[in-house]
Amino acid sequence: MNKPDIHSSRLSAEEYQRNFADIKPALSDYEAHIEASRCLYCEAAPCIPACPTGINIPAFINRIATDNIDGAAQAILDANILGGSCARVCPTEILCEQACVRNHEPECSPVKIGRLQRYAVDNRQPGEHPFIRLPETGKAIAVVGAGPAGLTCAHHLARKGHNITLFDAREKPGGLNEYGIASYKLVDSYARQEVDFVMEIGGIYPEYGLQLGHNLSLDQLRKQFDAVFLGIGLGGSRPLGLQGEEAQGVEDALPAISSLRQCNDLSQLPIGRRIVVIGGGNTAIDIACQCKRLGAEDVTIVYRRGSEQMSATDHEQAFARDNGIRILTWLQPSSLVIEGGYITAVQLEKTALDANGKLQGKGELTSLPVDTLYKAIGQHFLVDSFANTYESPELNGNRIVTDDNFRTSLVNVWAGGDCIDKGKDLTVHAVEHGKRAAYAIHHYLQGGSDNG
Amino acid sequence: MADLTSNFLGIHSPNPFWLASAPPTDKAYNVYRAFEAGWGGVVWKTLGEDPAPVNVCSRYSCHKNTRGDVIGINNIELITDRPLQINLNEIRQTKKDWPDRALLVSLMVPCKEESWKTILRQVEETGCDGVELNFGCPHGMPERGMGSAVGQVPEYIEMVTHWCKQHCNLPVVVKLTPNITNIVIAAEAAQAGGADAVSLINTINSITGINLDQMVGYHAVNDQFTSGGYCGTAVKPIALNMVGQIARSPDTADLPISAIGGISTWRDAAEFMALGAGTVQVCTAAMLNGFKIVQDMIDGLSRWMDSKGYPSLDSFQGAAVPSLTDWKYLDLNYKTIASIDQNSCIQCGRCYAACEDTAHQAIAMTPDNNATQRRFDVIDEACVGCNLCQITCPVENCISMIRQQTGKPYLNWTQHPNNPIRES
Repeated sequence: MNKPDIHSSRLSAEEYQRNFADIKPALSDYEAHIEASRCLYCEAAPCIPACPTGINIPAFINRIATDNIDGAAQAILDANILGGSCARVCPTEILCEQACVRNHEPECSPVKIGRLQRYAVDNRQPGEHPFIRLPETGKAIAVVGAGPAGLTCAHHLARKGHNITLFDAREKPGGLNEYGIASYKLVDSYARQEVDFVMEIGGIYPEYGLQLGHNLSLDQLRKQFDAVFLGIGLGGSRPLGLQGEEAQGVEDALPAISSLRQCNDLSQLPIGRRIVVIGGGNTAIDIACQCKRLGAEDVTIVYRRGSEQMSATDHEQAFARDNGIRILTWLQPSSLVIEGGYITAVQLEKTALDANGKLQGKGELTSLPVDTLYKAIGQHFLVDSFANTYESPELNGNRIVTDDNFRTSLVNVWAGGDCIDKGKDLTVHAVEHGKRAAYAIHHYLQGGSDNG
Repeated sequence: MADLTSNFLGIHSPNPFWLASAPPTDKAYNVYRAFEAGWGGVVWKTLGEDPAPVNVCSRYSCHKNTRGDVIGINNIELITDRPLQINLNEIRQTKKDWPDRALLVSLMVPCKEESWKTILRQVEETGCDGVELNFGCPHGMPERGMGSAVGQVPEYIEMVTHWCKQHCNLPVVVKLTPNITNIVIAAEAAQAGGADAVSLINTINSITGINLDQMVGYHAVNDQFTSGGYCGTAVKPIALNMVGQIARSPDTADLPISAIGGISTWRDAAEFMALGAGTVQVCTAAMLNGFKIVQDMIDGLSRWMDSKGYPSLDSFQGAAVPSLTDWKYLDLNYKTIASIDQNSCIQCGRCYAACEDTAHQAIAMTPDNNATQRRFDVIDEACVGCNLCQITCPVENCISMIRQQTGKPYLNWTQHPNNPIRES
């Protein structure tokens, strides 16, 4: 039997440090100045609507160029209180930077908006919180989920003078920023620092270790609070639906990323020698690259369609290839080879689209040896979140249905982020949901209709 | 290959690029390095009477554009702070070692005939090719009745120039200050005094900025500052205008000009020559890039002349002067309108903002919002051909100003019906 080759301490201390350092280091003052001067200060700048949170990009860049860093940070944070982490994790190449008019030049080199945004937020004068909380309204709101959507919603509501109780199932706030993003994208416990910054506004009272459907019920919250916001994300990972999936060495990608993020000594983290990742999204890229950087020798991403259909951006795919990751397309896992309770190989079947455009297995098989196989084929909403509730919000395909103002089918419940049916799985989208839901909740609490 | 040799007042140099009288020409060491690099001539940093003045620490500050490039330098360095005899000895030796290069000596002494007579005799003995009278230095020396204190009073210019022509057989170039209202009057005064040529511009009175933390200007000398002399590419348009006005004025049209002011490329040099300059003098570009920059200037000028079929400098010298005129003679029937090349437009909307907010609402944006794909079109009927859109456009050759055939004849303001004092 092939014994799985899984162990820790594959690399030297320096290698761990180098492999998990910031992949996009901060700009120096000089670099930021030069980059800021490249902004053309467009009229009705196309980058603004390309940002899901609508940051006034030319304004903040011009403020950097004119030595007004606090003003730049304010412009960013006013639209996106998590502007610091979005600057680090946003796929800017398909958002603001894709809309930059400098792409139309022969040089095709957009202004580095993301890195300038990080520069502004990081170099803000520390001390005073940039926003002032209005006088207390006496209204209380439950925000469930301390991820990007919940944190943003809580901050905007706190600014209006409401009191927020912020619940999270985990022991730490931050959601995917804390648990689900590759660590070289958010180094130095930035996610935690950012949560602390958000909390500075005041009026936000955290309650961690409470999970909806278990030790927290929506019915109760609705009785106790004037309004409820659900930003509970997608708690479950999709299964492959193959036999042997419970074997040792078959793992969900997200918990693996999470334990990597929470690990204080990477050399103690066991890692396989031969890794196969199933999936085509950013999570697949993140787990594959991190395995490689932990010392795995042979890392392969397997995706059942072509690279154009992968939800990981071109930039992310190129990053994976630069990390020495092999990306195999038009292949799907057909069976897992289990020996002595361990996965040792995965059988892959070639796929193609049939005449109707439907994906079909073609029966041609190939096999890859595996020490660890990671499943990154998407997350799903945990329906048992409403197991202890009499009245649940309407779901659509296991996600919460919301209207244009992020209100659910329940009159005093709003929702946003990945858990809703419009969820687009980017941090920056979750931020925008949280912000707009907060506007709507505030409007509702003021006695207006929900069309806030 | 074009012939770049220059003959200015009988002073020969292998090319028209001279280093201006300034810190780079303060001593033999620098001048030798300049000649080794290929400079055609130098004007030795201004000599004065002993005892030599004393300089302060912190002598330069600068003005930068948003990208951090230096566009202008301000200086408060005085004339040479070395003893006169050391300079004279070095000048004599330099001319001996570099006989093919132009070597002029800049001078500034008190407004007394005897002072000028004495120093001219000493300088003439060095074997140098000519003298340049520094009537332009705007900082420090005017407080002592010299430099621009002379250059700002036409009668003094004429008087001192006259003394110099009397007491010296060398060509006399009068260096003019731009810190006056009409440069032609100063040039006329130099000419009346017998000057062989004028050189211009000297530096412009300036303060480059204020340190808002210390509440003191740049460059601070301890906790004080003073205005200095501004030079570099930022002053080129001012210098070009002053050179052009002298070149086109009937009274001074024949006065040779050595042009100074922000010349940093072969193109700058060619432009000054096209406006009548015989040689050009450079300082800031050398200070910012080192002496080697002259090689690129020589190469560029030579190739441009070849491409245009100009065999020698005098074949294009002054070629742009006849087209410089008064506003009142400009053709009011000349018409252009802007045209945007949609293929090279990057849709930044800078032209739209400029025209819509500050000009004539002659550019349309469709759709009228910040869509990713949009289009900017000139509204021909509204365009007055002001060029502003072309200036704001970041893409070269994207916006062109297209000449329109109006079918109307040349008509200037002196002939226009709206002119109450029209000539006919």
